[in-house]
Amino acid sequence: MPRVPWALTAAGFRRYATYRQATFAGAFTNVIFGFLRCYILLAVAAEVGGAVAGYDGPKLVAFVWLGQGLLAVVSMWTMLDLAERVRSGDVVADLLRPINPLWTYLWTEFGRAGYAMLTRFVAPLVVGIVAFTFYIPQNWVTYPLFAVSIGLAVLVGFACRYLIGLTAFWLLDIRGVSMFWGFATNIGSGLAFPLAILPDWLATALWVGTPLPALLQAPIDIAVERGGVGHSLLLLAGQAAWGAGLLLVCRWVQARAVRRLVVQGG
Amino acid sequence: MIISASGLRKDFTVSRKVGRFRRERDVVSAVDGVDLSVERGELLGYIGPNGAGKSTTLKMLTGVLTPSAGEVRVCGLEPVARRTTLARRIGVVFGQRSQLWWDLPLAESFELLRHIYRVPAADHAARLARCVDLLGVDEFAATPVRQLSLGQRMRGELTAALLHGPEVLFLDEPTIGLDVLSKQAVRDFLAELDAAGDTTVVLTTHDLADIEKLCRRLVVIDHGRVVHDGGLDELHARYGSRRVIVADLDAPWPDGLALPGAVVTAVEADGRRVTLALDGVAAGEVVAALAHAVPLRDLSVQEPGIEDVIARLYRREA
Repeated sequence: MPRVPWALTAAGFRRYATYRQATFAGAFTNVIFGFLRCYILLAVAAEVGGAVAGYDGPKLVAFVWLGQGLLAVVSMWTMLDLAERVRSGDVVADLLRPINPLWTYLWTEFGRAGYAMLTRFVAPLVVGIVAFTFYIPQNWVTYPLFAVSIGLAVLVGFACRYLIGLTAFWLLDIRGVSMFWGFATNIGSGLAFPLAILPDWLATALWVGTPLPALLQAPIDIAVERGGVGHSLLLLAGQAAWGAGLLLVCRWVQARAVRRLVVQGG
Repeated sequence: MIISASGLRKDFTVSRKVGRFRRERDVVSAVDGVDLSVERGELLGYIGPNGAGKSTTLKMLTGVLTPSAGEVRVCGLEPVARRTTLARRIGVVFGQRSQLWWDLPLAESFELLRHIYRVPAADHAARLARCVDLLGVDEFAATPVRQLSLGQRMRGELTAALLHGPEVLFLDEPTIGLDVLSKQAVRDFLAELDAAGDTTVVLTTHDLADIEKLCRRLVVIDHGRVVHDGGLDELHARYGSRRVIVADLDAPWPDGLALPGAVVTAVEADGRRVTLALDGVAAGEVVAALAHAVPLRDLSVQEPGIEDVIARLYRREA
């Protein structure tokens, strides 16, 4: 890894590593909600004969606990500092560096996600494996595919939130946009329920037309080996396409935003 | 010439509510035709009242804001088009903003900046050593930035802005909110930097002591236009700043008494305190005449203050 991205990633990692109580409290909350969601889904599965939309008991357990862990890694509900810095005018300092802020924020985000992987991802995963019958991947290829998929999920989550942050250049206050984003991700990312339970046309629309399933459902489906290696590769390609496309959009929107920039607060 | 601007203008559109649904748009010129040229190694004071357009000019010079009209070149580059290239050659400190990483120790911010600006390790170490020497940043280098006092943070900001060896340093109110000692540290540091002569400094400030101690050249801007460009002495000359004698008397000042070479500007305390402005005569002559004319109790001679001159300039007298 070249030096600048590495330095920024390491700084992002250390920045979040300073807040240990927050890490602990967050992981604890994820575990509690994991139990709730797991018992509900298993109860539903028992009612309908053991499997929901092709996920049997152990796969449902994996779906819930991987989701609880990845939630903090993808961190889709925590907005980047960007919007707040636009609001306060501090974004000036970001623009006065010899590097595009898009990359500064991206590498910092990967550092944050790395820290979350080691802490917030591991805790619910261990609890899930110890307390329930957890689906263990049968094919070794699944592990590297899953790892790549998590990286792409972080990228897609970042690009979406960066775009939301950029809207602050026009709106100043992004609360409306981020509330809508919170609602959309809850439904469409595969956090609340596996997207496969939706009618086919709706699920397909979400997969093809929005980046939302790329955040959680894609890596989880790869981990539970839904549809084999070919299907997993297809999911990865979809994630990569969304990630690259959204980054391009971010660059374009940012260029327009900077051109109309009004620096707040003198 | 390291900075040149001609006819530089920045208009903002402000929309204003008229009635329930209608909005009217007004165009406000924050900077209205500024011409500026700065030679390499100069230390320039760029001053003006609040809202005069100082920060807006600085943001256009650094490439953050796109000018509405006019030509700008900094280090031979067009700032907006070449912003990231220019960023390597300039340093910027905004007194009310931070370029440091809030959650990380100061030393880590410096280290990160070394990578971002791709500064060779030896150069970085040498520049850091100089800042440690002059600003004492090593005392709190291990403290997270969020825990630093304002004075400490500002010393950190100055160091951060200089670590890549910028050709031009833009300082926007670097002493704002600092205590006397921190202000002095910053001022001494800037004087030192100016003496070394290889960094051009553009300083905006409301602190008149900064101006008196540091700036040989002053550009004063008001309502987006340059109203003075020259030395401090020229400013005094232009506004006819005069020395003043304040005398306390044992008896009331006789009405209509005139002293050669002095003008009575105030009579207070039932006529027992009088203020005289000198018209280019030696203070001794006036004091002698004064002692001869009235019973003197106490007396002080005051030099013309920059504060008065600047206030008159801002009020657009002259």
